[in-house]
Amino acid sequence: MTLRAALRALRRNKMRSGLTTLGIVIGVAAVIAMVSIGRGANVAVQQQIASLGTNLLMVIPGATTSGGARSGWGGVSTLTVRDGEAIRSDVPAAEDVTWFKRAIAQVVYGDTNWSTSVQGTTASYSTVRQWPVAKGSFFTQRDDTTANRVAVLGQTVVDNLFGPGEDPIDATIRVKDVPFRVIGVLARKGQTTWGQDQDDVVVMPFGTAERRVLGTEILGSVDMIWVTAASQHDIAAAAEQVTLLLRDRHRIQPGQDDDFTVRDLNEMAQASVSASQVMTRLLLAVASISLLVGGIGIMNILLVSVTERTREIGIRMAVGAKSRHILLQFLVEAITLSFVGGLGGVLLGVSTARLVSTLAGWPTLISPGAVLGSLLFSGAVGVFFGFYPARKAARLDPIAALRYE
Amino acid sequence: MPAPLVEARDLWKVYELGDMRVEALRGVTLSIDAGEAVAVMGASGSGKSTFMNLLGCLDQPTRGSLRFAEHEILEASADERAEIRSREIGFVFQSFNLIPRTSAIENVELPLVYAGVSAVEQESRAREALRAVGLAGREHHTPSQLSGGQQQRVAIARALVNRPRLLLADEPTGNLDTRSSQEIMEIFQRLQRESGITLVVVTHERDIATYLDRVITFRDGEVISDLRQTAVRVEASA
Repeated sequence: MTLRAALRALRRNKMRSGLTTLGIVIGVAAVIAMVSIGRGANVAVQQQIASLGTNLLMVIPGATTSGGARSGWGGVSTLTVRDGEAIRSDVPAAEDVTWFKRAIAQVVYGDTNWSTSVQGTTASYSTVRQWPVAKGSFFTQRDDTTANRVAVLGQTVVDNLFGPGEDPIDATIRVKDVPFRVIGVLARKGQTTWGQDQDDVVVMPFGTAERRVLGTEILGSVDMIWVTAASQHDIAAAAEQVTLLLRDRHRIQPGQDDDFTVRDLNEMAQASVSASQVMTRLLLAVASISLLVGGIGIMNILLVSVTERTREIGIRMAVGAKSRHILLQFLVEAITLSFVGGLGGVLLGVSTARLVSTLAGWPTLISPGAVLGSLLFSGAVGVFFGFYPARKAARLDPIAALRYE
Repeated sequence: MPAPLVEARDLWKVYELGDMRVEALRGVTLSIDAGEAVAVMGASGSGKSTFMNLLGCLDQPTRGSLRFAEHEILEASADERAEIRSREIGFVFQSFNLIPRTSAIENVELPLVYAGVSAVEQESRAREALRAVGLAGREHHTPSQLSGGQQQRVAIARALVNRPRLLLADEPTGNLDTRSSQEIMEIFQRLQRESGITLVVVTHERDIATYLDRVITFRDGEVISDLRQTAVRVEASA
């Protein structure tokens, strides 16, 4: 009965009820959209970590912190194939090792061409980077030693060189005018955390690349060595053993800076995960403020409504309403406003998240927890912000209320 | 001799407004029997409105005794007074006091809502009450679509819908023209004859008082006269 009275009262003021609800709609929608975007970003970062490979160490030439001339990412060629082989044989905490050397080169198939990163690497590349082939096969150790002209393509290269439905396997492509047979296509890996397309790549045996394509001045130098630790607990040990081994091989005296850098990819990835979590919390905080503002809007309107309907409250009391009936009616009005607003907000929030996904291409993840949470929270907002005006109404003196002009 | 429905004994109502002390009622003693039709008269500030508010259980006396049927109003809590209002008393006000933008039938249903009557019964009783005041067919008109007299008839239907024992009317014709006033008073008379309800009408118009059996006059918070006027009434209705 009180519910009916409350609904009737809300219907009498459709415009006002609608606008009041809008505050909550926007608040809840903001919370849901922000949480979806934040969680989507989180999941995307986690997928990227997984796509880099687990327990992975990256060894790059040059030091990030060396006195005087500072060079980071592969500035100098201090790492060699022999370093990689030494790590494979002498580091117990390392499970597997691969290395590569790369250059930008033009790849031609038929009358189409595409400029891409050509990488010469070892047969263990696919397992170390946990990057299987989607079609065909990866090249073998034998291909490497005999310098066979075979290549494995990334998806982006396939998309750009071959027409839809065309099978790249066994096709002949030309890399720097050298013909190569395509023996495999790598599975799609997506972007790195820093937005680089990992699929824009042509992979071939190291020896072939060095001799036929890259034209290196120093034979045997590599751009990067990847090391997998036997388990997650071995990562630190592996990093230390690799460092010691390379210092020894490079004859670096104690107190001198390394001429290479060992990086733990998990650590880097964890940093970006926590960064995105902080971002999510910030977004949520901002969105919650708009929900709070919506709640204050409800309180404001109800206070106005109590004043405006003082006489009605007096009439209701005169015909037998107890103060709890009045309290309940205004509370129900507040909860209805906020709950309906919550429902509307869920719809708006979910569609905003979808829209952001489609238009901006950001990954979003709508969590049932956030939906349920904001519905409950909006109900609670109704109770919290409705209580004061409702109590004010319930405490009115019937005689004064009836006389109110 | 029927038992008195209302019995006031040395009834006081004192308001304290800051340093001011206003004695609105100063020891009123009177009784009203079930089925009586009483006019309460007096100038403004005479205490008649205060007496009405106490009689209607809208307010609590300061001291003395006010019995309504088996209830002692002096000791009743706010909720108990609401309960008495809901079951025993119907109000009609000078300014009609209908809920705006709400249909006649919903206005009439209101007391039943708080008395816990089922929705189906609410509607049938509200229709019946509207028919009794001659407003059948106007159930879904809102107050602004009705004339003053019609609005007051909706208010009467609302006052009677829960079959109270006492109908309190506070200047019921104060906002109406002569013709409508006459209609309203005739409805009161008819209802009282048909259902034996006790009727108390506050008014300052002599003409209105002539429709009623007994005239109680207040001045300065006290009853200064209490006259039965059967002869006047017969004369007026003849």
